Amino acid sequence: MSEQTPKLESGSDMNVAPTTFAGKLTERFNSAGAISAVVTTIIAFFMAGIVVLATGHNPLSTYRAIFDGTGLAWLIPGYGDRSAGAENLQQTLLVATPLMLTGLALAFAFRCGMFNIGGQGQYLAGQTVAVLVGSSWAGMAGPMHIVLAVLLAGLAGALWAGIAGFLKATTGAHEVISTIMLNWIAIWVADYFFGLNGPFQGPVQFNPISSDIVSNTHLYVFWGNPLLQGLDIGFFIAIAMLVVYWLILNRTTLGFEVRAVGYNPEAARYGGINVRRSYFMAMAVSGMFAGLAGAVDILGWQFHLATPDIHASSIGFLGIAVALLGRNTAIGVFFASILFGALTIGTSTRQLDPSVFDPALASNLTLIIQGLVVLFVGADLVVLGLWYKLRRSLAPSRKAPA
Amino acid sequence: MNVAARILQPSVKVTGIAGILIGLLAFWLALPPALVRTPVIPVILGIVAVAAGISVVTRGHLRLGYGAVVAGVLGIVLGLLAIQSGETHLRMVFTWGGLLAATLSYATPLTFAALGGMFSERSGVVNIALEGMMLVGAFFAVWGADVTGNWMLGLLIGMGMGGLFALIHAIWAIHFRADQIVGGTAINFLALGVTGYFFIQIYGNDGTPDLTSGSWFTGESIPNVNIPGLGRDSFFGQVIGGLNLMIWLSIVALIVSYVVLFRTAIGLRIRAVGEHPRAADTVGIDVYKTRYAAVIVSGMLAAMGGAYLSIGFVHSFNQNMTEGRGFIALAALIFGKWRPFGAFAAALLFGFSSALAQQIPPAYSDSSLSVLSSSSLFLILPYVLTLIAVAGVIGRSVAPAADGRPYVKQ
Repeated sequence: MSEQTPKLESGSDMNVAPTTFAGKLTERFNSAGAISAVVTTIIAFFMAGIVVLATGHNPLSTYRAIFDGTGLAWLIPGYGDRSAGAENLQQTLLVATPLMLTGLALAFAFRCGMFNIGGQGQYLAGQTVAVLVGSSWAGMAGPMHIVLAVLLAGLAGALWAGIAGFLKATTGAHEVISTIMLNWIAIWVADYFFGLNGPFQGPVQFNPISSDIVSNTHLYVFWGNPLLQGLDIGFFIAIAMLVVYWLILNRTTLGFEVRAVGYNPEAARYGGINVRRSYFMAMAVSGMFAGLAGAVDILGWQFHLATPDIHASSIGFLGIAVALLGRNTAIGVFFASILFGALTIGTSTRQLDPSVFDPALASNLTLIIQGLVVLFVGADLVVLGLWYKLRRSLAPSRKAPA
Repeated sequence: MNVAARILQPSVKVTGIAGILIGLLAFWLALPPALVRTPVIPVILGIVAVAAGISVVTRGHLRLGYGAVVAGVLGIVLGLLAIQSGETHLRMVFTWGGLLAATLSYATPLTFAALGGMFSERSGVVNIALEGMMLVGAFFAVWGADVTGNWMLGLLIGMGMGGLFALIHAIWAIHFRADQIVGGTAINFLALGVTGYFFIQIYGNDGTPDLTSGSWFTGESIPNVNIPGLGRDSFFGQVIGGLNLMIWLSIVALIVSYVVLFRTAIGLRIRAVGEHPRAADTVGIDVYKTRYAAVIVSGMLAAMGGAYLSIGFVHSFNQNMTEGRGFIALAALIFGKWRPFGAFAAALLFGFSSALAQQIPPAYSDSSLSVLSSSSLFLILPYVLTLIAVAGVIGRSVAPAADGRPYVKQ
């Protein structure tokens, strides 16, 4: 991990081929479209199905039961139980909301050629600030209070990621290492804040949980019963951020610079782009998305922060899978977050029929599928190499891609 | 220079070292037997240490100076935390012998995994999947010991499975030339899912069965080594009298790793491949084979760390039982500058902070039964120090030159 100041290999010419993983992903996306993402997903589900089969369960009925739990069937008119389907779909979208945002966080950093593995810590920074803001100033008007909490949570995420960006820009510290460290620092600081006798522990002495946020900071539930965790307008915040992500990347100077640096930092530097500044800004924007994910979870349905949940949460890590499967594009992140949100809900204790498949097994099956998806996205070269070979054999005059 | 002048005008180095020692003293005084109960003393001593550090920095010795600054700040923070803890509790529970024994036992999984990571990264393959490989080792060691009834076979099965997961990482990193961070992340997810899945499938809600303890060659859990003649009431008896076999094995692994990497031709090849693969290839070293071997060894060593946790330390398995220790091991590796004894020293330091977190604060403070959450703050230490180290404040940590870069044969 030593690419802090990429040097030209002696004797090699300046080239504009992508030198980073993100650059290669972008190039491949242009050539293969969404096909390889779909193929990757199918292979992952197929291999996980083999595990299910090998351990004496029926993969088809298992997947069917998981699918029924996701509520996605609600989208098919006339299929299954409508009201149960609607409730399940609300849960799926509720989980997809922060995943969309952490997915965007990872994707933005990827576009700049960086691996922001610290989505979890930035998400937690956002959660922490949202809960602190939401539970103080009880007299403030609801909408203003919400806006304040959301903005400050986004800012907290941006600052937390900004540390890694700043270190990379100034000292060349590799962002993977620093964001991993920042994750754990965030986890233990939050554990201290809200733990037993911590400075921000809630009113119950033996409960390591923060105070509840005041009720007028709860986000409005527009679909379903607010008492049964219906879908709140945080979903629209996430959708809006997909648009913001696309706009920043494709319609601003910052986005242009970020993409140029992500594609090939040497060429970008050669072209007069301030690469260091791009690193810092990209990490800050990336962290902002993750911080917002923390805010929508707290204000939307969690309403407080419990220390066991801090350790159990994996929203930020899941963002890695979402961004990779979504090929770092807004639309891809949208679909990937729905997929992983659905998997999480479909395999949860509440939604999955235990007579078909044990939910405790199923939640681990979700992890296996995630792992396989990430693994195969990483090995896309294999799938796409075959694809290139096929195309080359069809059009022999075409120059072989590097 | 005569003696009087030397005392009045201490050299830069002496000032720096004194600063570090004063910083440590600030913390030590807050613990038994001294047990200072006022915050003033650690704060004053800490400030003196920081001041000494700054003066050393301005005179050009950056590493020593910043070291004293950090020691001073740590002395203040840790001293204050210890003072928060109840006095009777400290006298009752806290012994230096117990603390050092706990340090060794917390450091052991980190040492194994960090040594593993060193082989992989020295050969040029970044391994952030240490966490996953440890977890795989932890689960399959329990499973193996349970099925075969013997801890040695369990340990071997755990190591084999760790090696298998490492092999996947190696194939992806070396042959597919996939991004090594992505591959490592995938292995971590997979390890969590696979171990959790088989844990539930095989053991269900009852958890793993009680492992029988036995002697050297029998039993399902790894035995402790009781050194004859060292009673548990003596200081050394407390520290090393009854350590687990794996703790001693980790020290053996440390020495063997050092000798292999830095004193043999094999080690030279591994390092050459990690620094300049093209040059290594030119002189006839098989870059791919070397990297495969190094990554697989790395998985097996990490799995030994995991196996120590499960069949050596807690005698059972739980989902995600490594809880980020693989990442602390990675931190130890980087903080130790990719060197065996450096990584070991870092593992000891990080183990010490875990041991402190465990021993000091579950402090029932004197009057009420309130538990302090400040123990969490001790656990931040490894991460903060590593962050400082990669940022280059105290002696920059620089990775092997070709770490993370796939090699294409020509």
